[in-house]
Amino acid sequence: MASSVIERVTGRAVVLRGADIDTDRIMPARFLKAVSFEGLERHLFVDDRAAARGRGKTHPLDVPSAAGSRILVCNTNFGSGSSREHAPQALFRWGFRVILAESFAEIFAGNSLAIGLVCVTASPGNVANLMEALEQNSGASLTVDIRAETVSIAGQPDLPISLPAASRRAWLSGEWDVTGLLLEDYFEVERVEARLPYLRTTSRKA
Amino acid sequence: MAGTLFDKIWDAHAVRRLPNGQTQLYVGLHLIHEVTTPQAFDMLAAREWRVRAPHRTFATIDHIVPTDTQDRPFVDVMAETMATALERNCRTHGIPLFDGPSGAQGIVHVIGPELGLTQPGMTIACGDSHTSTHGAFGTLAFGIGTSQVRDVLASQCVALSPLRVRRIEVNGELSPGVYAKDVILAIIRRLGVSGGTGFAYEYAGTTLAGMSMEERMTVCNMSIEGGARMGYVNPDATTVAYLAGRRFAPQDADFEAAAARWLSFASSPDATYADRVSYDAGSIAPTVTWGTHPGQSVGVDETLPDPRALDESERRSVEEALAFMQFRAGEPMAGRRVDVAFIGSCTNGRISDLREAAAVVRGRRIAPHMRALVVPGSQHVQRAAETEGLDEVFREAGFEWRGAGCSMCLAMNPDRLHGDEVCASSSNRNFKGRQGSPTGRTLLMSPAMVAAAALAGEVVDVRTWASTEERESR
Repeated sequence: MASSVIERVTGRAVVLRGADIDTDRIMPARFLKAVSFEGLERHLFVDDRAAARGRGKTHPLDVPSAAGSRILVCNTNFGSGSSREHAPQALFRWGFRVILAESFAEIFAGNSLAIGLVCVTASPGNVANLMEALEQNSGASLTVDIRAETVSIAGQPDLPISLPAASRRAWLSGEWDVTGLLLEDYFEVERVEARLPYLRTTSRKA
Repeated sequence: MAGTLFDKIWDAHAVRRLPNGQTQLYVGLHLIHEVTTPQAFDMLAAREWRVRAPHRTFATIDHIVPTDTQDRPFVDVMAETMATALERNCRTHGIPLFDGPSGAQGIVHVIGPELGLTQPGMTIACGDSHTSTHGAFGTLAFGIGTSQVRDVLASQCVALSPLRVRRIEVNGELSPGVYAKDVILAIIRRLGVSGGTGFAYEYAGTTLAGMSMEERMTVCNMSIEGGARMGYVNPDATTVAYLAGRRFAPQDADFEAAAARWLSFASSPDATYADRVSYDAGSIAPTVTWGTHPGQSVGVDETLPDPRALDESERRSVEEALAFMQFRAGEPMAGRRVDVAFIGSCTNGRISDLREAAAVVRGRRIAPHMRALVVPGSQHVQRAAETEGLDEVFREAGFEWRGAGCSMCLAMNPDRLHGDEVCASSSNRNFKGRQGSPTGRTLLMSPAMVAAAALAGEVVDVRTWASTEERESR
C-alpha cells in the first residue's frame, strides 16, 4: 500500500483483555498456508472466538458494535511469539488502524509499522481506565492523536500515549514504507559491501 | 576493537541513518523459506524490482513438508502450491534452494549452521522469529516479517533501531540430566516472556563457554521467547572448530584469516552493558512448562503455582493458563499424564539432541497409550542419526522415525495434536493451539525429558526416573 501521512485516527474501539496475546492466537498457523494475505481477516482470533462460543460467551470481536471498529485496546506484550506478518495483516484487513496496548512484542510492532498499522502504548492505569470506559459504553469513539501523543474518549480529558520516536516520525512524514528509502542510497550500500570481507571469501565447496 | 559484539557488528553493517532515525542495516545473509516469502516476491514483482543479492540469499523448505514422505506432489494442495511458488521464485531470481532432492533440506535454522553459511560477524535475517538461533555463532541474527523480507530481497537492507545489550552469565556445571534447554527455560522463567523487549541477550559465563555449538544454538533459539529479538554467544575456539570444513565456510588459507576476524568480534572485556544478570548452573533443574507461554515453567520437582499467592496482574493469566491446561494449582509437575511425545524442531532437532534422547530410550518401550515421534531437523541430521543406528533405537522403543521438517512444532503439516492431547515437546512454544489443535496442550522440556516422558507416559524427572524404573522391575 502507498505510504501516506497518518496524524490522527478516530473510531470505535474493541477491548481485548489479557497479557501476552501471541501471534499464534491472532492467526493460527494453519491459515499461513497461503501465498497471499487476502482474506486473512476472516480467520482473525478464530480459535479464541470459537472457544468463547463454546463456553456460551461472546468474543469481543463478535459483539455487534465491534463491526467497523478501528482501534484495538490491549494489555501487555501484545503480538508475542512468531514473526508472522499474517497477524498484523489480518488485524489491518479486519479494519483496525491503531493498536493501543500497555506494551508490544518487538517483531509485531516492526511488522505493523511496515504495513501502516499504528502501535501506541499507554500506562497500565490509563489502559485499565480506557478499557472500563469502553466496556461501559461500547459505542464510544476514541481519538488517537499521533502528533499530540494523546488518546481521548468523548467527554473525558486527554490521556498521554507514547510510541517510539522513529515510528512517530514515520507516521507524521508518511515515510513508513521504507523500501524506497532503502533503495535510495546505492553507493552507501556498496561501500558497506566493500568493507565486509565475508562477502568475498565465503566459498562454495564442491 | 572496543565495545560489545553487538556494537561491532552493528557498526560494520550500518549503511546510514534514515530520516525517521532508524538505521539502514546491511544484511549479510538472508535465509528464506516457503511460508513468509511468496507475498514478498509478489510485492517485488509488482514494483518490478530484482533481488539485489541472490548469492547472499539461500532457501529451504521446512514448515509445510510432510515428514512421512516428501514425494511430490504433496497430498495437501496448498502445501504443493507453496512449494511450487518457492521453487519458481528461486529459479526466477537465481537463489540456491536446498529442497528434498538436494539432500541438504531441513529446518532453516538447522541447515544454515550445518552448511557453514552462518559465520561470526554476520548480520542474518530470515522471515522467522527463531532466526535468533544463529546468534550462537556470534552474529546479529533476527526475525523479520514479510514486508521486511521484501525490503531485504530488494535492497539487502532493513530499517532497524539498535538494541540495548543485556549480559546473561551462567556459571558453573550443569547437573547430570540438565541441558541447554533447561538453561534457557530457567532464564525465561526469571526474566519473563517480555523481559527481553528492546534487548539483545549476550549469553556468557563458564557454562556457556563449555557448551557445544548445538547447545548454544538451543539457548539462542529461544531468546525470542524471552522477548529478545536477538541473542548471541561470543565466538571462541569452539565456534571456529565447528565451522572448519563446512561446505560454505572459507577454505584453507582463507579459513585462517576468517577465523582471526571472527574472534575479533567478541565483546571486549571492558564493554559496557545496559543490564547484567547471572545464574548458578548448579541451581537449574530439568524444567517443564505447565502453562500457555514459555515463561510459565517450573523445575520438574516443583509444584504448579497457586494463583491465590500471586498479585492481581499475574493471578489472572495463571488462572487462565491452569484452566486451559486442565491442571490444578499446587499439584506436582511430575506425574502429569502425557499422550504424545515430540522430539525435533529448530530448538532441539540436531544430532546431539537425538543422541541425548536415544540414550534415555535405548532398550526400553514407550508407554502403551503414547504416540511418539522423532523428527530430525535436517536431512544431514537424519543421515548422521541413521549411520549411528539411532533410528533403530527409537523404532524399537515404539517411536516413529520421520524425515526432516518443522513437523509438530507448529502443525503446518500433517503432524499435529488432536483434541486436548497433552504433548511432551522438545520445541519452543506452548501457546494455545500451537501444535495444531485449538485445545491441544504442550509441555516444553529437553529432548531427554521428552524421551523419559514417552517411556513413562507421564512427566518424570529424567535424573531419577531410569534408576527408579530399574529398581521396580527387579
